[in-house]
Amino acid sequence: MGYKAKFRVWRGEGGEGRLEDFTVEVNEGEVVLDVIHRLQATQAPDLAVRWNCKAGKCGSCSMEINGKPRLGCMTRMSTFEESETITVTPLRTFPVIKDLVTDVSFNYQKAREVPSFTPPADVKPGEYRMQQVDVERSQEFRKCIECFMCQNVCHVIRDHEENKPAFSGPRYFIRIAELDMHPYDVAERKESAQDEHGLGYCNITKCCTEVCPEHIKITDNAIIPMKERVVDRKYDPLVWLGSKIFKRQR
Amino acid sequence: MTQTTAESAARKQRAQIRVRTLRTDRWWLAPALTFAGLLLFLIYGVWATFDGSYFTDPYIAPFSSPCLATSCPEGARLFGFAPFGDWYALPPGILILGLPGGFRLTCYYYRKAYYRSFWLSPPACAVAEPHGKYTGETRLPLILQNIHRYFFYFAIVIGLILTYDAVLALVHRPAGLGSWILLVNAALILGYTFGCHSCRHITAGRLNHFSKHPLRYKAWTLVSKLNARHQQFAWASLFSVMIADLYVRLVAKGVINFPFA
Repeated sequence: MGYKAKFRVWRGEGGEGRLEDFTVEVNEGEVVLDVIHRLQATQAPDLAVRWNCKAGKCGSCSMEINGKPRLGCMTRMSTFEESETITVTPLRTFPVIKDLVTDVSFNYQKAREVPSFTPPADVKPGEYRMQQVDVERSQEFRKCIECFMCQNVCHVIRDHEENKPAFSGPRYFIRIAELDMHPYDVAERKESAQDEHGLGYCNITKCCTEVCPEHIKITDNAIIPMKERVVDRKYDPLVWLGSKIFKRQR
Repeated sequence: MTQTTAESAARKQRAQIRVRTLRTDRWWLAPALTFAGLLLFLIYGVWATFDGSYFTDPYIAPFSSPCLATSCPEGARLFGFAPFGDWYALPPGILILGLPGGFRLTCYYYRKAYYRSFWLSPPACAVAEPHGKYTGETRLPLILQNIHRYFFYFAIVIGLILTYDAVLALVHRPAGLGSWILLVNAALILGYTFGCHSCRHITAGRLNHFSKHPLRYKAWTLVSKLNARHQQFAWASLFSVMIADLYVRLVAKGVINFPFA
């Protein structure tokens, strides 16, 4: 059965804007993105919203619904009370282009700063030999759909814009972990994770894990293991001594 | 990328919403409960450290074990030894509590818990923190969190000693409720200790070729299973150690004196 829902949607450009109230029809089985589209079709034709697959796989329709980062296409209207006012805002960590659309180019810039997969020089494509268990950890991180909700919710940059130059964010920590754990990657990633990508800024409060729509264990399986690898390299005198005595290769 | 500050033009290009959060759920409940639980533990720990009723044969209170000074009753000493001799007159807990305390303080789970509940950094996801500046664990004193693995090594020893205490109590008083309380506590503490993220890293997490190290990989999978419940073990062992410690002290004081105590 349909009902009329109360929506408050942030509207504006370049940061300046306001929350506007709407009353919109909602039908059974709909998600928030459906209602936003109805709003566009019936009351606010110039409302900007980014979307694509409507299946939770493209990561385009990230927004904040009642203050929480969510995918609009995966947030069912049935999870709200009919009397509830639903507030929809753009991602709060990135500059607004218009209404619910933000400029997420910060993330693309950070992506370019992570060196790509670097196999040993003497191993050619087609010669890689590994078992499933060797790449299972890395494969979890390949599920990322780049919705950037983990980047958005991370308080290191959400509450401190000034940290953006020094901090790459959880999305790129899982990228670094994915490569560092790969059996055939030989690039130095531990010290750069700490010194260039700002791993030390993370205080592991796990908000990135909480909001991940792909349920990637970002903190437990990527960030903390990378922090431990950094400890091996930079802060553990016993590991350092062991590497000298036994001439372990870096 | 250009340098930005909190009041920079870049910051002002974000949606300007002048409220701390738009969350409508009870986001404050979890940090409030965490704050209360950890505060209770701290208050109890200070009291227990200075309380003298820590031993009644065959039970020794976990907060005071191992007892390493001559001032400890003979039955309370670990393997009968008193390496700190008779010059040490302070409560025995002071000698050792820094080790399990440091293990919990630098634990990856507890860091989340107290950063959120005590330091409000952040109090909950998508709720603005009150601090104007943030450097995380990049400088002193928080960079010292990186020594967690050393506390883990000591925590294994403490966990094994508590297990020894529990088994010894069980051998001497198998029908005693205290023996079983100590045993459950030791099991939870071992579950918490061996589920530690540093333990996970040391077993095989640091390796990239699991298939070349099948035994270490097996250990890693076991530790990973415990690690997935690390938060639950952290809280269960926090309360179990308080309950076991209080129980022994109440028996030692004569407050609990039923036949199977």
